[in-house]
Amino acid sequence: MAGAQSRRNNIHGWAFSAPFLAFFLMFLVWPMLSGAYMSLTGTSLTGANTGFVGLDNYTEAFADSDMWRSLGNTLYFTLISTVPLVVIALALAALVNMGLPAQWLWRLSFFSPFLLASTVVSLFFAWMYNPELGLFNDVLAKMGLPPVAWLNDPGVAMWAVVIATVWWTIGFNFLLYLAALQNIPQQHYEAASLDGAGGWRQFFSISLPQLGPTTVMIVILQILASLKIFDQIYQMTQGGPGGATRPIVQYIFEAGFTGYRLGYSAAISYIFFGLILLIALVQVFFTRKRSA
Amino acid sequence: MATTTLTRPALRLKGSGAGSSARRKRTPLSRVLATAVVSVLAVTWLVPFAWATVTALKSETEAASTPISWLPASGFTLDAFTKVLASGNIPTWTLNSLFTSAAITLITLVISASVAYAISRIDFRGKGILMGVIIASIIIPPPVLIIPLFQQMQSLNLIDTYWALILPQVIHSPMVFVLKKFFDQIPRELEEAALMDGAGRLRIFTTIVLPLSRPILAAVAIFVFIGAWNNFLWPFIATNESSLLTLPVGLQTIKSAYGIQYAQNMASALLAALPLIVVFLFFQRQIIKGVATTGLAGT
Repeated sequence: MAGAQSRRNNIHGWAFSAPFLAFFLMFLVWPMLSGAYMSLTGTSLTGANTGFVGLDNYTEAFADSDMWRSLGNTLYFTLISTVPLVVIALALAALVNMGLPAQWLWRLSFFSPFLLASTVVSLFFAWMYNPELGLFNDVLAKMGLPPVAWLNDPGVAMWAVVIATVWWTIGFNFLLYLAALQNIPQQHYEAASLDGAGGWRQFFSISLPQLGPTTVMIVILQILASLKIFDQIYQMTQGGPGGATRPIVQYIFEAGFTGYRLGYSAAISYIFFGLILLIALVQVFFTRKRSA
Repeated sequence: MATTTLTRPALRLKGSGAGSSARRKRTPLSRVLATAVVSVLAVTWLVPFAWATVTALKSETEAASTPISWLPASGFTLDAFTKVLASGNIPTWTLNSLFTSAAITLITLVISASVAYAISRIDFRGKGILMGVIIASIIIPPPVLIIPLFQQMQSLNLIDTYWALILPQVIHSPMVFVLKKFFDQIPRELEEAALMDGAGRLRIFTTIVLPLSRPILAAVAIFVFIGAWNNFLWPFIATNESSLLTLPVGLQTIKSAYGIQYAQNMASALLAALPLIVVFLFFQRQIIKGVATTGLAGT
């Protein structure tokens, strides 16, 4: 009887899992495996295949300065975008959570850009960054400052992308922080008030520690999201000027689709994946250590 | 203390948490200051929308003239919008986006909910490994898969079809986890009673579990839909045929075609932004709750 029951459970369990599993194997596991194999071959987009080449693609990639540069750009973008996307989101959420009227209005203002496609965001910002007709240089001029070549200055372009990205995506982190703040039990603040703690004190002694797990989660999600940067850079600068903003995902794309070298492109994909794994392991290590 | 709790205005995120999140007491001055700071920031945040709208309502000459002005001397015109709508493929692309995003959302919901149900409620051999593999797959960044996926679609002859747009976008491992966590909370007694009555698993799933899970299903649906609607890289690679492009990809091709037609550029951007903004205005509460729920439960 028990045997029949457990056999039935096995059948039911796998039957309910089958549809997901089919897609999972077909469009995730299989591409992962075929990509790994492809990275060891000279597969070309034009159909010409030089066959198995072993680790040649990897040796070439490790010696490829453009690969390293685009990887560096990705890490640089991740570093300079994650900080404002976490800190400003927290500040905004803390301010809005101070009992402001018309909460819906603030949520609408800060969150609505998140609903836009990257193409729309890029069009908006490319227009505002326009050297002669753009709003940014107009504001600078009114403040008596010299114009900036926002998307054409190698030293500025990445920051211009970061500004657009912060505007676009901060609403997501803001909402997560706002929800977390509103889940902190009110009694903590009441007790602190009775003890004479002021607003700042309450924020640093109660809110911030309580937000710890949320912050860890937001930072992890943000780093993983920023590492995948491609859309807005491709659309605003095409990776320029002179490769100054080209991220690794764009390099993967170009190696495969404009360089026709799918095998090489797959190898770079795997180097990128290795980097993400490494960062994830470091994060696991640190969060474990913290909670231990 | 009870009275202060009662008189506090209920401004919290509607529907989230219990009464624990009522506002804390603040001196009026700090609240006024906070309102002022947040107002300035909110207005700043809305500037790109406003500036795009003003530009789209100008004539091309006016849009390209210096010094820039918020109020064009020759008045506002709908020229850019009419031209974009008359010449462009925006309606087609909107329908493509709508169709593919809806299909992706539907398939994602069906396959994710059923696997999450199995893992949450059925004691079957190998489910631990299955869950482990699904969770582990969260770490795989989609851009890593584009090259092999492209080759796979090409060998299946699916490039430039709706299939290529839809099929690879339906695996959302974090959502399986989110749904499983929700299903875990549904009392087992409900299910056991139905089992006693002779109901099958499928029946229990569709008539008990799914109806009880409406909030989380809505949250997942919203999350997946927004993601699919705005996805760029994969649709950009999987389609070339103009009549099959999704809105974001189509817009990218228009941008280069229009070159320096600034008013038309902004008009098409606004037209592309419109559908989701309208959806947001209607479903604001659900969308915000959806992001907060799936985002917070996602890890």
